[in-house]
Amino acid sequence: MRKVYLDNASTTPLLPEVREAMMPYLGDVFGNPSSLHDWGDGAREAVETARAQVAGLIGAKPEEIIFTGSGTEANNLAVKGLALAQTAKGKHVVVSAIEHFSVLHSARTLEKWGFEISEVAVDKHGLVDPEEVRRILRKDTALVSIMQANGEVGTIEPIAEIARITGEREIPFHSDAIAAAGTIPSDVGELGVDALSLAGNQFYGPKGVGALWVRKGLRLMPILDGGIQEGGRRAGTENVAAIAGLGKAAALAKSDAVKRVNQLTPLRDRLLKELPAKIERVVVTGHPQNRLPGHASFRVEFIEGEAMLMLLNSQGIAVSSGSACTSRALKASHVLIAMGISHELAQGSILFTLGIDNTAQDIDYVLETMPPIVDRLRQMSPLYSKFTKASKGGK
Amino acid sequence: MPVYNEKVMDHFMNPRNVGEIADADGVGEVGNPVCGDMMTFYIKVKDDRLEDVKFKTFGCGAAIAVSSMVSEMAKGKTLEEAKKITPRAVADQLEGLPKQKFHCSNLGAQALNKAINNYQSQKKTGGKKK
Repeated sequence: MRKVYLDNASTTPLLPEVREAMMPYLGDVFGNPSSLHDWGDGAREAVETARAQVAGLIGAKPEEIIFTGSGTEANNLAVKGLALAQTAKGKHVVVSAIEHFSVLHSARTLEKWGFEISEVAVDKHGLVDPEEVRRILRKDTALVSIMQANGEVGTIEPIAEIARITGEREIPFHSDAIAAAGTIPSDVGELGVDALSLAGNQFYGPKGVGALWVRKGLRLMPILDGGIQEGGRRAGTENVAAIAGLGKAAALAKSDAVKRVNQLTPLRDRLLKELPAKIERVVVTGHPQNRLPGHASFRVEFIEGEAMLMLLNSQGIAVSSGSACTSRALKASHVLIAMGISHELAQGSILFTLGIDNTAQDIDYVLETMPPIVDRLRQMSPLYSKFTKASKGGK
Repeated sequence: MPVYNEKVMDHFMNPRNVGEIADADGVGEVGNPVCGDMMTFYIKVKDDRLEDVKFKTFGCGAAIAVSSMVSEMAKGKTLEEAKKITPRAVADQLEGLPKQKFHCSNLGAQALNKAINNYQSQKKTGGKKK
């Protein structure tokens, strides 16, 4: 059976070159970067090389990069660490309604600690309106955190425009670029942000490693207490192999950026165009144009995402869904709900996230496999039979 | 798909008794507004026994497997026997459901019960059918 992996938003595979770059630090070069002997030197060099590579990807200075144990940790450190360091300014924090849980739940924790949180609404495409951010800002706003792109619906946010507004008021602006960095340009100078998170397993690097960039001079409260690793901003012995892998993945993402976008965009566009054309009542979710290059997300009416996912898996195709049934909490995706999609329609959420291993033949296979699966589930669906009866009756 | 056991997967991949009965003697529809599952059961009754049971389900793999299993368990049973089918019994016949799915997707027995009640109340009031 053909195997087609279209769940790169969950994690990308590890590139062989990245694995190679990691191997020495899983072998002979096992030292602790904090150690003062030769063993430590080898490990420290790896971490510093990776720091320069990650900085290079986002146009930052190496000393501004803080390595973390995941993207989630980078977001926690950014939201909690920046807000806690700005309390002289105030205790008001602004986030968008479609942030990842690592930002939203960090904001919720801040609320318990006496901060006030405002959520910026999004439109039906999942776009934040910068003017809406302007209206929400207050004198005591200590931090704004809005993602560069949403991993569930692919929408790319107008970060540079929002940054102009926060910049005028000198309010620190963090952007979760975990779904974006390494896929689309995330140059911190062009974006105009003050802090930015990224994660290795979103651009062919290893899992269990992330990075937070914080503009020099901006204060940050550490959230882990311990040693003085990462300039005292993130305690804990560095995961040297993973950091080396992240660095290599960042270097490759930078050198191959144009090639990757040019490969993924036409494949994505075929899915966006042809799936709704082939199957009735299939609607693209997220922004029609302004979206991540490998990201095609839909809602399929009358059926549920987990059932689709399982049948696609039985045909060798890996996808995700934001339906309530696929979430462990059995809650519909907060992203789709924030975009004004009803709970019932959100049940039909399905997303195909492409990666650099995908080919035109993979897309052909999806386009040929998907319609009979949808049809099969619809034949079982009471909602679909109501729909067909109503449309027959109407004619 | 290690979330579901083989039995559940079998009933999901090859559901039994999917469909509608045009001249059903009873129809029962239940929906769970929290997670959005919806099931409709159709029954055909002869001599106080479930001669035929069919269903349509909107929901996840577990919801479809549960519906299929309920239809299989109910077919041929007397109405009183069929009314005693519990969500626990359905889950047991399926050799277990993931914990979080037990309450949400396990609505099949309830839908069947509703269909039987629908039939019995029509009979009592000498309803439209029969």
